[in-house]
Amino acid sequence: MNALADELTAHRFFARMDAAHLEVLTGCGRNVVIRAGTSIIREGEPADSFWAIRAGRVALGVTVPGREMPTLGTLHAGDVLGWAWLFPPYRWHFDADALDDVHAVVFDAVCLRGKCEADPALGFDLAKRVAGVLGERLHAARIRLLDLYGPSDGG
Amino acid sequence: MGLPMAAEVQARAPLTPVTHRVVGRRDETADVVTLLLEATDGSRLRYSAGQFNMLYAYAVGEVAISISANPVDDGPIAHTVRNVGTVSRALCGLHPGDSLGLRGPFGSDWGLDSAAGGDLVIVAGGIGLAPLRSVITQVISQRQRFGDVEIVIGTRTPEELAFKDEVSAWRERDDLSVHVTVDRATPGWRGTVGVVTTVLPRIHCDPAGVALICGPEVMMRFTALALLERGMQAAKIRVSMERNMQCAVAQCGHCQLGSVFVCADGPVLTWERVEPLLSVRQL
Amino acid sequence: MAVASGTTMTLDVEGLDALIANLRGRGYTVIAPSVRDGSIGYEAVTSAAQLPRGVGDEQGPAHYRLRDRGDDARFGFATAPASWKRHLYPPATTLWRAHRDREGMLVFEETQAPPPRYAFLGVRACELAAILIQDRVFATSAHPDPTYAARRRDLFIIAVQCGSPSGVCFCTSMGTGPRSTEGFDLALTELLDSAEPSYVVEIGTPAGQEVMAGIAAQTATDRDRAAATAVTDQASKRMGREMDTRDLPALLHRNLEHPRWGDVAARCLSCGNCTNACPTCFCSDDIELEAADGESTSRVREWASCFSREFSYIHGGTVRQTTRSRYRQWMTHKLGTWWEQFGTSGCVGCGRCIAWCPVGIDITEEAAAIRATDGTRADAKR
Repeated sequence: MNALADELTAHRFFARMDAAHLEVLTGCGRNVVIRAGTSIIREGEPADSFWAIRAGRVALGVTVPGREMPTLGTLHAGDVLGWAWLFPPYRWHFDADALDDVHAVVFDAVCLRGKCEADPALGFDLAKRVAGVLGERLHAARIRLLDLYGPSDGG
Repeated sequence: MGLPMAAEVQARAPLTPVTHRVVGRRDETADVVTLLLEATDGSRLRYSAGQFNMLYAYAVGEVAISISANPVDDGPIAHTVRNVGTVSRALCGLHPGDSLGLRGPFGSDWGLDSAAGGDLVIVAGGIGLAPLRSVITQVISQRQRFGDVEIVIGTRTPEELAFKDEVSAWRERDDLSVHVTVDRATPGWRGTVGVVTTVLPRIHCDPAGVALICGPEVMMRFTALALLERGMQAAKIRVSMERNMQCAVAQCGHCQLGSVFVCADGPVLTWERVEPLLSVRQL
Repeated sequence: MAVASGTTMTLDVEGLDALIANLRGRGYTVIAPSVRDGSIGYEAVTSAAQLPRGVGDEQGPAHYRLRDRGDDARFGFATAPASWKRHLYPPATTLWRAHRDREGMLVFEETQAPPPRYAFLGVRACELAAILIQDRVFATSAHPDPTYAARRRDLFIIAVQCGSPSGVCFCTSMGTGPRSTEGFDLALTELLDSAEPSYVVEIGTPAGQEVMAGIAAQTATDRDRAAATAVTDQASKRMGREMDTRDLPALLHRNLEHPRWGDVAARCLSCGNCTNACPTCFCSDDIELEAADGESTSRVREWASCFSREFSYIHGGTVRQTTRSRYRQWMTHKLGTWWEQFGTSGCVGCGRCIAWCPVGIDITEEAAAIRATDGTRADAKR
């Protein structure tokens, strides 16, 4: 197993992934350090990458002209950034900025999609993992809508 | 025949309130107040972290309020009240010098003694931080009794975090791991944004440890599930339940949840005991 | 079960009068059955003449009538709509009062009036069982209630062994009757085999012995005792209903989503008559009663019912929003979770809930229906 694959086995997103699949995926990835304050993703731009965060925090948000918008969510070590790369039209839905220096493995999306099409088993595994992340985030978003800590707890 | 009784039933306490004076007040947030109380007769309550008192506002009524103070400390006893109803609104309107009635302490405690020697995971949601402040302050004052301590605090917005100064102090400590997360950030907030369950995959979690959870029931359910997924045991996950409480001595019947009297068997109950009860709608 | 020998006497009807007079002379208020408003209430009496002479009852679902027995029995009926509960656990009790002193500090006063000294005359076995059940809630629990405890401590109990069960009775199923074997100072069995009723008196305590010593009574013969035993033996065979109590708590616990709860909810009015009539129901509300001049306020405990909509209110809403969930709470508590809480069933088989339900819901029928279709789940979660 190559060094990158070795690092990824410790990452929550890739837990218990087939070693052969992991090796294939690392062909699309490389380590990267993103300085604090960097804009990583801009809403509307091509979704051509996928990040597995190893350290540091990323803030998700939207840009509204003339207003300083609050952070919608934060991602941390063990999380992944970006899922729009898997679904046409492959455009980002949100902004993402590095809150700290972020250490991540960045994957090229075109490369990833190619590997998935070529090996359906790998593709299915990756798609399931991405679906799992979406499910967690949807669930968390719905709970936030309940505003449980608000005036009438809803609980 | 008359009932044979070992001792005369004398004073009605804990059925009659004891007069207490407000000696301190802190506005934690827009609708949360901490009152520091002292008995006017000089007596001092003995209580454990997790227990509650029935606080009485003159001519308004009584409400169950968690003790938010450190049981190991002397001095006036802190109670943190959220303004959500008639009685709590009246209590939130009290200032130093005012008096109120206090009955208690009632209920089961967080069981810190049984957690000694192991790791602790403490998860607070919203006003649930109040009864957990009691245990957090006690843990800090007896830090060597426990292993790793992870504290996760969920709040609606940064402004609505109670005990802000204390939470900051806890975060400075290197013998505690404190994660504060908000449901909704405000511009300028640079901390974590997301519900508490999004933080739980990241904390250090020993499957043999004890977890203490307090907050809205929905939040406690999802938190318990997430901790079970991390390998913790249902018998060692403790939640603090809430139901309509009036007598606080298992005689008025209001607080029943299945066979459990929340005022006496609870409010702290293991997830093992509570989970089957919560899975029945409108039990 | 046979009447124990060695501590039995017999009394005639004059002896009943003497018993009442003796107790009153000792400072007891004697509470006994008497006819009132077309039913039987438990009220203070001064003589045996006030007992319901020749009165019986007929009871069924949503049905209660007094009837003329055509004899001179004084205890020839089953359960009354009232129960002894109200004399030990009054429907409204002031717990304490509060006012402000000159400095504005709250002052709390306990308001214990001297408790009445009661002698209950005519307590059925099911009713005595109910008193013992309420003892576990109010008297021997972690925080005994002073009002109940004070009245209970000096309570003198004259039980009546039952000879006239009604159409709603099922004490034999619940193991509470028709014969009391403990918990009484005296127990009477009314014999109607001669021109005038006579009473076989079992002495249960030294206090009972002392009271009997002040009354002209005869030692009971073997024939008397056999006749007394026969009264309850034949009553056992004439129960109006049955409750299959095998594993009942577990049965109910595993059927919390049974469709029967929806069926009964369609009939139940959530009126709370059952909880009002039930001799073991104990739920209460604590309410605030401020004096008209605002100078003081009282905390009052009143009987409450789990059938009321706001009973389970917490900020944010009511937990048991439907009649279905509230009926389920009442029945599963009475027959099931009560065991875990207090070590006994909450039901004594008196059948009051059946007679006094305006739509005649029968707890024995509901339990049987669930047992017959154990494990069925309702299709839609409500």
